[in-house]
Amino acid sequence: MKSFIYNKALGGKSGTIGLAVLAVILLLVFPLAMDNFRLNLVGKYLSLAFVAIGLVLCWGYGGILSLGQGMFWGLGGYCLAAFLKLEAARNIAAEAGSDQINALTTVGLPDFMDWNQITELPWFWYPFKSLPLTLILVFLVPTVLAYIIGTAMFKRRVSGVYFAIITQALCWTMELLFVTRQGWTGGINGITDLRTLLGWDIQDPGNQRILYFVTSLLLLGCVVLGRLILGSKLGKLLVAMRDTEGRVRFSGYDVANFKTFIFCVAAAMSALGGAMYVLNVGFMSPKLVTIEPSIYMVIFCAVGGRMSLLGAVYGTLAVSFGRTYFSESFPDLWLFLMGGVFILVTMVFPLGLAGMVDRLTGLVASKASAATDAPGLETPVSEPVSPPPA
Amino acid sequence: MIPASFTSPFRRATRAVLTTATLLAAATATAQVKDADFISGHTNPVLDKYPTAKVNTTGLLVDDNFVTVGQLHSVTGTMAISETGSVEAERLAISQINAEGGVLGRQIKVIFEDGGSDWPTFAEKAKKLLVSDKVGTVFGCWTSASRKAVLPVFEKENGMLYYPTFYEGLEASKNVIYTGQEATQQIIWGLDWAHTERGAKSFFLIGSDYIWPRTSNKIARIHIERFLKGCKVVGEEYYPLGHTNFGSLINKVKLKKPDCIYSVVVGGSNVSWYKQLNAAGITGKSLAKKGQILLTISTTEDELLGIGGENAEGFYACMKYFQSLENDNNKKFVAAFKERYGSDSVIGDVTQAAYLGPWLWKLTVEKAGSFDIDAISAASGGIEFPEAPEGYVRIHDTNNHLWSKARLGEMTEDGQFVVLAESDELIQPNPFPEGYK
Repeated sequence: MKSFIYNKALGGKSGTIGLAVLAVILLLVFPLAMDNFRLNLVGKYLSLAFVAIGLVLCWGYGGILSLGQGMFWGLGGYCLAAFLKLEAARNIAAEAGSDQINALTTVGLPDFMDWNQITELPWFWYPFKSLPLTLILVFLVPTVLAYIIGTAMFKRRVSGVYFAIITQALCWTMELLFVTRQGWTGGINGITDLRTLLGWDIQDPGNQRILYFVTSLLLLGCVVLGRLILGSKLGKLLVAMRDTEGRVRFSGYDVANFKTFIFCVAAAMSALGGAMYVLNVGFMSPKLVTIEPSIYMVIFCAVGGRMSLLGAVYGTLAVSFGRTYFSESFPDLWLFLMGGVFILVTMVFPLGLAGMVDRLTGLVASKASAATDAPGLETPVSEPVSPPPA
Repeated sequence: MIPASFTSPFRRATRAVLTTATLLAAATATAQVKDADFISGHTNPVLDKYPTAKVNTTGLLVDDNFVTVGQLHSVTGTMAISETGSVEAERLAISQINAEGGVLGRQIKVIFEDGGSDWPTFAEKAKKLLVSDKVGTVFGCWTSASRKAVLPVFEKENGMLYYPTFYEGLEASKNVIYTGQEATQQIIWGLDWAHTERGAKSFFLIGSDYIWPRTSNKIARIHIERFLKGCKVVGEEYYPLGHTNFGSLINKVKLKKPDCIYSVVVGGSNVSWYKQLNAAGITGKSLAKKGQILLTISTTEDELLGIGGENAEGFYACMKYFQSLENDNNKKFVAAFKERYGSDSVIGDVTQAAYLGPWLWKLTVEKAGSFDIDAISAASGGIEFPEAPEGYVRIHDTNNHLWSKARLGEMTEDGQFVVLAESDELIQPNPFPEGYK
């Protein structure tokens, strides 16, 4: 049992060291080095890293490039935001009178519904009155959607670029749905002004620190879960399917089922990230469901190294820190700087940060198996941005 | 694994660095937001009257000689085209205030943040300005969505936002001064004008599909049906933001023959909307022949720049400000704006409202004798600014909006407006209109 945990979940010696280093950085270095505002920002970045980890599983290993992960991430976020909004709407009764904003909104009804002349809570909002139901739905809704998409696509053997394009289209459709049904979803404004979770103030600086730690621990949990999957027979099958799908099929495996499974796992992880994002940031916006953040998520993964679970976390942190730093220092140039960095990374480090670390440790130790992360890192991959042969 | 040749990454690196450098060079060549001018070696002449310990009791970024404020707009992304005018107007006002000696003897410095047309980014940057930089006062935001995203931050961290855009109302936060008009200020008087001056009895309401056009048209519909005798709404249609195909809408309009086409189409969609109207033979002249009009509350000089005056000539807009207003304040403002940003720059309604922000803040701080947000919030009611380009404005005693006039302009071929009428009195801001719910 002990060796199972050590070898599979932690990934052997190098894997354990890698995980420990990340844990120390997230749980000790950042909280000690940063003030509440910056730490909260890191919490926000980390909630995007959930998606990147999911992408390592389904893209890096499974060969399924999805340009629409924001869809699942957003659904998870919207589900939790719905619960928090209903709680905020119930609390209006206590606050009304002192605050003009609340003077004309109906108790128990989210403010945006009032503005859109919706007088009764729509039926599909009812489950979000209960926290346990909401928590189930946070995972269930995106996973079921991923299952439907997966079954529809993979059974028909849609893959590669075609699949990527379809996910992107679906993602856009999802955004349109949220924007145009504004009475139900808050439209382009999103669901804003979320304050408490069961009376616990999520905007309080101390509580935001706690949320940061919860986010970090859940993220580390996802890394371990990812390693368990990759270390199992399923992980080997994934790589086999990615490299020569036909042979796996002829060996008697139902490729579509495995693909759907890993796609659903990635979706569920994204959904968890979305929910953590809502808690860290305090609102949900359709801007987060759309194509742009979905592509950012793929970039996180590519920068970190799409074959490395830990690399995905570092990639997310590096790109997000860069984005914040550049946009604060050069408000009118930052997009160009980000573009420059992406070009630099893909040209110089096609395997991402993890590939770079791998190469450096490989140089120092002069041995081929100096992988810092999960087994399989040394699988040669030539082009990081285009989908691998499916 | 070590790649076969370890030299190739270096060659690749050189190429990448070159590409990046080219990109950067291109970036620096594009237009940049100019820094506000302030006198760097400045010493405060009234320091003994306003010592820092007295004017700044809440740890804001204020010292003996300088006060720092925040500015938060999009200069990248789809909203950049609209928000740049506001950025420029706020900078102009700040540099003018600095040239006059600043506020409580302190020169104003600006920390600028880019919202990137992305509402979560707006929230992040607002928090950075208030929590990390401690600026307290911020001039910024444009879309309702960005304001809704930052509002909880301003309320939680107790900052003050000067918000320039005309918007849907239904809000009156003690942490926001709304220098644009809320929906009733812009809509009701304009509809009355269409009814009494142009005899309009049937109205076709058109809008982009989000909260401001929907709320505006709701108020318009109630006003038309309840308060204008014998008038009716013959159609109400919404299209997503960025929509460009208005063919079927134009057919419906032709079929219903409304006396007044009431348009709340926003942003880039306007270009297609007006051009397609033109192509379908609906122009200012053709409408005038049949006794019809097109009245909008969403097209300013800024949009006309993209639409082309020739496509919109003869249509009407109801705003509080037009660049062509004939008064001394405005002539001075337009001259100063053009001197700073070029003679071909144009000034729309929101740009002027953004210009009011720093001035109102200055007057409020001077009345309060403090930069503290609670003091500013308490002193805001009743602040008057007689030098406003739009004419005299005053902050409402309780709801933080401005008393201002409404004006009716006719679009001309050169992308400007001829002002045809203005309301006799300042219109009271009423963000929670009781009879219009």
